[in-house]
Amino acid sequence: MQYILDGFVEAFHLIFSLDPEIFQIVGLSLFVSLSSTLIATVIGVPLGILMGINNFKGKRIISRFLYTFMSFPPVIIGLFTALFLARSGPLGQFRLMYTPTAMIIAQTILVTPIIMGIVFNHASNSGYDVVQTGKTLGADRINILTLLILELKGGIMIALVSGFGRAISEVGAVMIVGGNIKGFTRVMTTFIAMNNNMGQYSVSIAMGIILMTISFFTNSILYRFSVGEKYEDRD
Amino acid sequence: MKKKWSVLVIMLFVGAVALSAAACTPAEKKLEAGSNGEIILATTTSTQDSGLLDYILPNFESQTGIAVKVVAVGTGKAIEMGKNGEADVLLVHARAQEDQFVADGYATERFDVMYNDFVVLGPKDDPAKVKTTAGNDAVKAFTAIAAVPSTFVSRDDASGTNTKELAIWKAASITPEGDWYVRTGSGMGDTLTVTNEKLGYTLADRATYSNMKDTMTGLEIVCEGGKLLLNPYGVIAVSPTINDQINADGAQAFVDWILSEDTQKLISSYKINGVQQFTPSAAKK
Repeated sequence: MQYILDGFVEAFHLIFSLDPEIFQIVGLSLFVSLSSTLIATVIGVPLGILMGINNFKGKRIISRFLYTFMSFPPVIIGLFTALFLARSGPLGQFRLMYTPTAMIIAQTILVTPIIMGIVFNHASNSGYDVVQTGKTLGADRINILTLLILELKGGIMIALVSGFGRAISEVGAVMIVGGNIKGFTRVMTTFIAMNNNMGQYSVSIAMGIILMTISFFTNSILYRFSVGEKYEDRD
Repeated sequence: MKKKWSVLVIMLFVGAVALSAAACTPAEKKLEAGSNGEIILATTTSTQDSGLLDYILPNFESQTGIAVKVVAVGTGKAIEMGKNGEADVLLVHARAQEDQFVADGYATERFDVMYNDFVVLGPKDDPAKVKTTAGNDAVKAFTAIAAVPSTFVSRDDASGTNTKELAIWKAASITPEGDWYVRTGSGMGDTLTVTNEKLGYTLADRATYSNMKDTMTGLEIVCEGGKLLLNPYGVIAVSPTINDQINADGAQAFVDWILSEDTQKLISSYKINGVQQFTPSAAKK
């Protein structure tokens, strides 16, 4: 028990010592996860909406696949991405293995189904009414899409928050394609895993606290944008 | 009023993203230091955990301008990476596998670099009485442990340490199996943590143990110094014929550097808590 408390105490010392290595690791984690969430949003939101509001053959089967991909284990995504990016793999000539780019690719593959799935779900439930309303008011395609995004704002934000949360906290994919290389591809989660392996608990706890704080802060901001405002508007 | 708040928050957010991107530039600076390219060095987790590479590699990078990407995996995976040409140079400690690697044509030659040793660790109360019966003989130690049988924690991951552990069991003519034989499938640090929790016995490289000694409060060295416990390291430049992305020049530069007299001296100067960890063993030219 004393052991754990010592860990927390040393953790605070470490955070406030402003170690440049810690900054670099945190910065890289944010960069990788924010980038992949952004790309996943650009791909996943329009696709999710389109799939949600239209009825097409095989919609049920595709939605089942989509929901399955939402909970795909990150480590397997890392494994398969590595197979493609390795020197001996089909994309080997781009030398992407053990780079932040590879990590962004892997996390984008991880997060896109999540965002797409949640948006698809919301669009399926509420989208049709919005489209019909838009049509009766004489809106064209672009207007309808804009209207949809505005009306589904809450669902889209939840999708983003979920996607980013998944990205920033996963360790399997970034470990395999990034390699946890000091100064190049070390992120918060791989740092924690490595130090835990080495029995260095206080730095692990320190980084864990930082990770949770950032996660809380970022999610609070995203939440404020959508759902939070709506509740305040109601007063 | 609310709108202004939102704008402020957006700016804070963008600022955070910009800051995070800016914080990434140290990595880019390091890459710039790799102005003469980079090499991927596949090594073992125990080598990385010992802290030796953090100590000696800056010397290589400043001398040659070649950035070293150290990928620390188990010996098995390091060798596989060499066979697939995913790494440019290997630094491992599994002689049998290294020789096989060269014999199979994946490299021209392997070189001795340094050695350290393994130690047998056990709980302070030593239920298998290894300290009194085994001396510095690892085979006797393992035999005593299996006789009880006391908990023995194995890495079980085809690593250099695991290879040595299995060699000792073989020399003792014992096939370890049963509830007392715990397989972690993990790196040295993790395995030591498990051993400490279970208060069992295990085989560890001295450097990792030295680094973790403060947290391994339940364990101590019960057997050390015997010939079978020596742990020699080899450096191998992967053959450039495997694929055209191997940085053969960089790999050769690394091999030359690590075998050079200055670097050998540097290796011997690496200490943990005042204790030298590695003994250089490159052939004198």
